[in-house]
Amino acid sequence: MSTLRLAAVAAFLLLSGTARAEDTAIEIENFTFNPPEVTVKPGTTVTWKNADDIPHSVVEDATKFRSKPLDTGETFSMTFTKAGEIGYFCGLHPHMKGKIIVKP
Amino acid sequence: MTDDTHDEGGISRRHALECMLWAGTGVLWGLSGGVPRSIGLLDGAAAAEALSGFTFLQISDSHVGFDKPANPHALDTLKEAIDRIKALPQKPAFMLHTGDITHLSKPDQFDNAAQLIDGAGVQVHYVPGEHDIVDEGTGKAYLERYGKNTKGSGWYSFDDHGVHFIGLVNVANLKAGGLGFLGQEQLEWLEDDLKPLKDSTPIVVFAHIPLWSVYPTWGWGTDDAAIALGYLKRFGSVTVLNGHIHQLMQKVEGNVTFHTARSTAFPQPAPGTAPSPGPMLVPAEKLRSVLGITSVTYTQGKEALAITDTALADR
Repeated sequence: MSTLRLAAVAAFLLLSGTARAEDTAIEIENFTFNPPEVTVKPGTTVTWKNADDIPHSVVEDATKFRSKPLDTGETFSMTFTKAGEIGYFCGLHPHMKGKIIVKP
Repeated sequence: MTDDTHDEGGISRRHALECMLWAGTGVLWGLSGGVPRSIGLLDGAAAAEALSGFTFLQISDSHVGFDKPANPHALDTLKEAIDRIKALPQKPAFMLHTGDITHLSKPDQFDNAAQLIDGAGVQVHYVPGEHDIVDEGTGKAYLERYGKNTKGSGWYSFDDHGVHFIGLVNVANLKAGGLGFLGQEQLEWLEDDLKPLKDSTPIVVFAHIPLWSVYPTWGWGTDDAAIALGYLKRFGSVTVLNGHIHQLMQKVEGNVTFHTARSTAFPQPAPGTAPSPGPMLVPAEKLRSVLGITSVTYTQGKEALAITDTALADR
């Protein structure tokens, strides 16, 4: 995960007040989704990467989508086209939660 | 050593587990006076003395397929555990495997695990861990192998030597933000399953995730376990065996004795002692001691807790 990129996105958000359709990365580390909440523009592809030595997965709260188990270093990507809030959790460790906010 | 005394009301029972000698590779359980107690695998003399002809083993968290730094050879340590079981002077009646047989529910991982574990030459009763149901069919692969004569996601019960054994599944259909989960269907089944039993029937419940709140911050607990434990309240002897947390932990609450077994693959940190519950890296030369070393003698009340170490590496 590039903190620089996040910082850049944050800076842009401050200036423009809207999100950009820029691809976003979420790192899974120490049994947390980092960052746990991201705001993206419709059309954004979000990629999760597992940096832990134990598998994790990405499951939408109502299981509308579910990744395969991600072993160390593996990734899962989803493109979000519609505005809305998508809550998700780890299917193996459900106390791990995250949220994607899609807004134009 | 103390013995178990039961009073009429079934509330203030003194539950003592004698000679609870643990070996990390597996826990050998003997039944004495209706109360299961564990006996160190390596302590043959104690085992012979304590057993009344009925013993069973618990192994857990084999994680076949795990190859990360915490143990690049999880299959080898499982083999060592099985070799020890094979070498026991007295063959156990059966084994309980409390889940995470595999690391990623892959067919070759299930195959490798079965080949080794079956080599022990004793019957094995399984329950799945969360790692055993991450195949595309979310548990189909596990049920195809181990689901015969089970209900739902793989729960069942059986009787042996007058003890009622209940295998529960608390790793399926997990909910966002939750912990382990049994679910309504399984709880209803459990209530019905227990109905015909006398209060005096010894009960052994086994499931992957602890059925008591070990450390919810790390997900180490089961959301609806209290309902299951409520059904078990009337029984004089209840023993709950779990895995998942890759370390020994025990608790006695009323008539219920809770235990977690060690993993045969890798250790995990004690609650809250690390940033996450991920595999705990120990020096390679220490690994087997972490996996296979602890023996505990525990008696509630009068007598002291005693810990005996039997290092796997010493053999």
